[in-house]
Amino acid sequence: MNVEVRLFAYFREGREKKQIITLAEGTEISNVLDMLNIKEEEVSILLLNGRDGPSDRKLKNGDIVALFPPVGGG
Amino acid sequence: MYGYMGKVLRVNLSKRKIESEALDLKVAQKYLGSRGLGVKTLIDEVNPKVDPLSPDNKFIIAAGALTGAPVPTSGRYMVITKSPLTGGIAIANSGGKWGADFKATGHDMIIFEGKADKPVYLSIEDDRVEIRDAAHVWGKTSEETTEILQNEIKDSKVLCIGPAGENLSLISAVINDVDRAAGRGGVGAVMGSKNLKAVVVKGTNKINVFDEERVKNVSSQKIKILREDPVAGQGLPSYGTAILVNIINENGVFPVKNYQEAYTDNADLISGETLTEKYLVRKNACFRCPIACGRVVKLADGSIVGGPEYETIWSFGADCGIFDYNAINEANMLCNEFGLDTISAGATIAAAMELYQRGYIKDEEIEGDGLSLNWGDSKAITGWVKKMGLKEGFGAKLALGSYRLAESYGAPEISMTVKKQELPAYDPRGIQGHGINYAVNNRGGCHIKGYMINPEILGYPEKLDRLALEGKPAYTKVFHDLTAVIDSIGLCLFTTFGLGLHDYVEMYNAVCGDIYNDETLLEAGERIWNLEKLFNLEAGISSSEDKLPKRLLEEPIPGGPSKGHVHHLNELLPEYYAARGWNKEGIPTEETLKRLGLEEYIKYSRLAQA
Ligand code: SF4
Repeated sequence: MNVEVRLFAYFREGREKKQIITLAEGTEISNVLDMLNIKEEEVSILLLNGRDGPSDRKLKNGDIVALFPPVGGG
Repeated sequence: MYGYMGKVLRVNLSKRKIESEALDLKVAQKYLGSRGLGVKTLIDEVNPKVDPLSPDNKFIIAAGALTGAPVPTSGRYMVITKSPLTGGIAIANSGGKWGADFKATGHDMIIFEGKADKPVYLSIEDDRVEIRDAAHVWGKTSEETTEILQNEIKDSKVLCIGPAGENLSLISAVINDVDRAAGRGGVGAVMGSKNLKAVVVKGTNKINVFDEERVKNVSSQKIKILREDPVAGQGLPSYGTAILVNIINENGVFPVKNYQEAYTDNADLISGETLTEKYLVRKNACFRCPIACGRVVKLADGSIVGGPEYETIWSFGADCGIFDYNAINEANMLCNEFGLDTISAGATIAAAMELYQRGYIKDEEIEGDGLSLNWGDSKAITGWVKKMGLKEGFGAKLALGSYRLAESYGAPEISMTVKKQELPAYDPRGIQGHGINYAVNNRGGCHIKGYMINPEILGYPEKLDRLALEGKPAYTKVFHDLTAVIDSIGLCLFTTFGLGLHDYVEMYNAVCGDIYNDETLLEAGERIWNLEKLFNLEAGISSSEDKLPKRLLEEPIPGGPSKGHVHHLNELLPEYYAARGWNKEGIPTEETLKRLGLEEYIKYSRLAQA
């Protein structure tokens, strides 16, 4: 299955800002974090198709994962 | 007297009379200062029913108890008046350096009354206060005005209006330090209606603090928290508020084309990351601010100017279908120059574009201006901003804001406003708590007085599910009260990335004396919110105005990550009123007003119920 991963702010340093990754069925978001060498505690907003939540959510074909470090404004 | 300076300036522009009055310390402490003290003064001295652009309205500028004090982000001041845009309370604040210098003149507040017979400005150099002729700066931009007046009074700080305020644009702002704005509510027009062009300050007074040692310790402790906080210490300084573009878009709540859509594939073209990479020249900080979220950017012609905030990038960008940073940066600069509220100015152009798209506005009406109202036309936005500021051609209609514009075509539902004020950059259909904040906000469509984006999107101080309804009204109420506290003591709201209620108690008490605890300080915020509500009720804005544009309640978001959602205001509103201790009609009960020490204002609650 293919999953799109989008990175923002300093997660982009030395990494692709947007990429499609081919994964085995049953992969969780946390496995993707490992592949990208991003520690879970560095992630502040963890969106799966626009919904924030834990990293143990299982991925399916066509999903979009968006990762943000702690950033904010107003 | 600690924290406060003890003096209030009363300037009657009709009679050209200036009086210095003693600050009533008990009242100042009860209402904290700045926003709270200004609202209390306004409701006591101005009939809420007055015409906001008449000499009977008053224009109040107030510093907070901590403004200018040696605590972080203490540069803020507040403008308080009756809004010509909403007809209710206007409370607009700004950072920069002006507020701290104003306080150093030895004053806590200025009350402007009446109307000057010709353009004037006020100069305050400690106790030397003068009304001076302003004919030579009338019609000038904020930058020109600042330069000329700083030549007249060396090392001073200038607060002024631009041509938009002079021309009584209902979406005009007050500008200080060239590129900081007290933006919302059309406050610039109130200065314009009084022929008051500027207030120039220069001061040498020190603030007397209650416990110097404690102030030092408390302050360095709070600075440390802010520096170590990942958002306040790293995210905001690195990217400014523009970082929100991608966050809000990825959540599918980034309004596009006047809220017709809520997601775009083009967001990265106008993101904080792109701003930082391609346009940022340097960061900028307000007085005593360790965060430095301000941006300085380079325009296409090479000039270096103040950069846009997130809200502005959205209003002139996605909301108008524009993804061109040069145009957005220039529109932002022009709003500062002409003295326009960037949120309302961009959102009004967006509403005009939708009115054009749907055939309400005809080509003949805009032909003479040589500008289009096509989505995505980046030349048009800068052209319209100038015409709005000068009230030229069709720009004169835009200068009144989107509600009056859309209403004049019989289509008020196209205006994305609450209480006639343009909504900011978050689609509440996918952020339920933020929608209640919009609907009940005393100053009309506003994000900042109850920033539910913090818990619902950013996870501060905790993560809430943005689509959930449960508990949101009560949460929003607490945010409203806490914001009233932070505004009124005179600090920047961005300190909430790191600081909580108790931190503000510690800072206030160290500077002003041991007056508050957590519970009573939050209650002071609640008192201020209730008083603003009473002003609105007496001004004729009933709680039936606590609503959202029809589109947000009835039309589901058409695509993107929040597809299919509408806002559930009807379910949330009764709970908000209950959490406030108001009756079902959204009127504060006598019991609530008594609990908050607002006995003398019960008459307004009775009148509203009659
Ligand atoms: S955080 Fe930004 S707006 Fe607030 S005081 Fe600092 S520079 Fe000014």
